[in-house]
Amino acid sequence: MTDAMTMVRRNFAHTRRNPGAIIMTIALPVVLLLLFVGVFGGALRAGFGSSEDYIDYVVAGVLIMAVGYGSTTTALAVNRDITEGVIARFRTMAISRASVLTGHVVGSTVRTLAGAVLVVLVALALGLRLHGGPLGWLAAAGLLALLTIAMTWLGVAAGLAAKTAEGVAPFTLIVQLLPFLSSAFVPPGSMTGALRWFAAHEPFTPIIDTLRALLLGTAIGDRWILAVGWCLALALAGYLWARALFARDPNR
Amino acid sequence: MPSAIAVSGLRKSFGDKVVLDGIDLEVPAGTTFALLGPNGSGKTTTVQILSTLIGASGGTASIAGHDLATEPQAVRGAIGVTGQFSAVDNLLTGEENLILMAALHHLDRAEGRRRTAELLDRFDLVDAAKRLASTYSGGMRRRLDLAMTLIGRPRVIFLDEPTTGLDPRSRRLMWQIVRELVAGGVTIFLTTQQLEEADELADRIAVLDGGKVVAAGTPDELKRGLPGGHVRLMFQEKSDLDAAVRAVEHGSPDDEALTLDVPSDDGVRALRDLLDRLDKAGIEVAGLDVRTPDLEDVFYKLTEKEAAR
Ligand SMILES: Nc1ncnc2c1ncn2[C@@H]1O[C@H](COP(=O)(O)OP(=O)(O)OP(=O)(O)O)[C@@H](O)[C@H]1O
Ligand SMILES: [Mg+2]
Repeated sequence: MTDAMTMVRRNFAHTRRNPGAIIMTIALPVVLLLLFVGVFGGALRAGFGSSEDYIDYVVAGVLIMAVGYGSTTTALAVNRDITEGVIARFRTMAISRASVLTGHVVGSTVRTLAGAVLVVLVALALGLRLHGGPLGWLAAAGLLALLTIAMTWLGVAAGLAAKTAEGVAPFTLIVQLLPFLSSAFVPPGSMTGALRWFAAHEPFTPIIDTLRALLLGTAIGDRWILAVGWCLALALAGYLWARALFARDPNR
Repeated sequence: MPSAIAVSGLRKSFGDKVVLDGIDLEVPAGTTFALLGPNGSGKTTTVQILSTLIGASGGTASIAGHDLATEPQAVRGAIGVTGQFSAVDNLLTGEENLILMAALHHLDRAEGRRRTAELLDRFDLVDAAKRLASTYSGGMRRRLDLAMTLIGRPRVIFLDEPTTGLDPRSRRLMWQIVRELVAGGVTIFLTTQQLEEADELADRIAVLDGGKVVAAGTPDELKRGLPGGHVRLMFQEKSDLDAAVRAVEHGSPDDEALTLDVPSDDGVRALRDLLDRLDKAGIEVAGLDVRTPDLEDVFYKLTEKEAAR
């Protein structure tokens, strides 16, 4: 436990030193929000009525993108630890084995959630109407935190699996492409053929739909079961994958 | 004396490539042991296995009285490792790196700071303490790396090529520190390419080649296993060389380099006799070089079979 705390402090020190990570996880989501609302909003809102309606719609998608950036940053940071040999050094010390990884997960989760809060604040300034009520918002925060933890563990695993920083690219691509092929920015109903089927069935869609409903106070239905289920499944998969990669001989 | 490191029948293969083919080592506590070997002979692999980083394919080892296979965490508690490539945290300053290590060794804050200040001073890093490690030169990183290893006062220390890439001053500093550690009862297991270093530091040496320990002993024992030294005579003209070969009888000439190696028990008298004889025969000697056997000869002799393959 003490070791994990030490590693969390290390992670925060890194964040302060690494403007890239701050830009990626805190500033980029806000930029994305402005981009979607200001640039694409006009064209996209055709099906939405007013521009406020589009902000309401898109904010959940931007939050998911923020989570994706966060997990990418984590993957790169873990990979740097591997290539610098720092992880090898920790492995020869009598410390709790997973504490390095826990440090990354906690640090990244805090960063990502800070970015999410900023996105919501900027969106509010742009006219976002949150009708979910405190319980709804709390539930939304919980779901987002759960997703962040899940995606961060996947990021840790991707960072451990990659031999070099370039090796992280496929993970980055998947994480940043999937939201576009979901209900994040436009409803799947407006897509065509195979894409439409994919968007309706991929994990991000129920998560985004549930998040949006909780924030805005619209009807949720039973989609939330699927959303939470996906989050738990992704978290478990990421955790087990990362643990297996960490346990294997480092230079094989 | 109890063994700090005892290794028996250690084997390691990567796929079907056998790197260690059954090696036995014994390092008494409070001594320095040097593992020599050409590139790719398995020195780093040995260090990685003994420091719990990778698993062995066979054999047993105990470090500071703990079995490597069954009590790895106890082994980790007793050792410190400085790998071949410096493993420092680039996004932290030198000082923060040391404080991180202190925290991971569960030193209390004041003790951690005190130890950090002490090591920064010892390793000549005070001026650079507040700079990010990413701005350090190669030699500074190596020094920081070793300082990080020493924070927890390990009883057994593994150093994989600790002075590769260091300038002579830093190398002396490292040697000095190793000697102090050993004087304080610490056991040092080091690998090196520099035979001078092994000669300077090690109580015992083992030479690794082709997956096996091909020789082991004190530096003197290893050198004694070699024939005596020789005098190398250098000539300008091929005719001088030929004349010298006839005059000296038992030398081994090199027609390309125009040199003649004459075995000698390195006495001054024998050398003067040799030169007198050449002088009487009217042979012009362009230069000479007196060579006593050193670890380099041992190294070449032991590993030449492998290189010829
Ligand atoms: N993960 C690995 N997979 C396959 N082969 C490996 C692996 N690690 C090391 N080897 C091989 O094992 C052999 C020994 O490597 P090792 O790094 O231990 O040598 P070394 O004696 O430390 O060499 P150097 O003096 O160059 O540092 C080499 O032939 C190397 O290619
Ligand atoms: Mg090596």
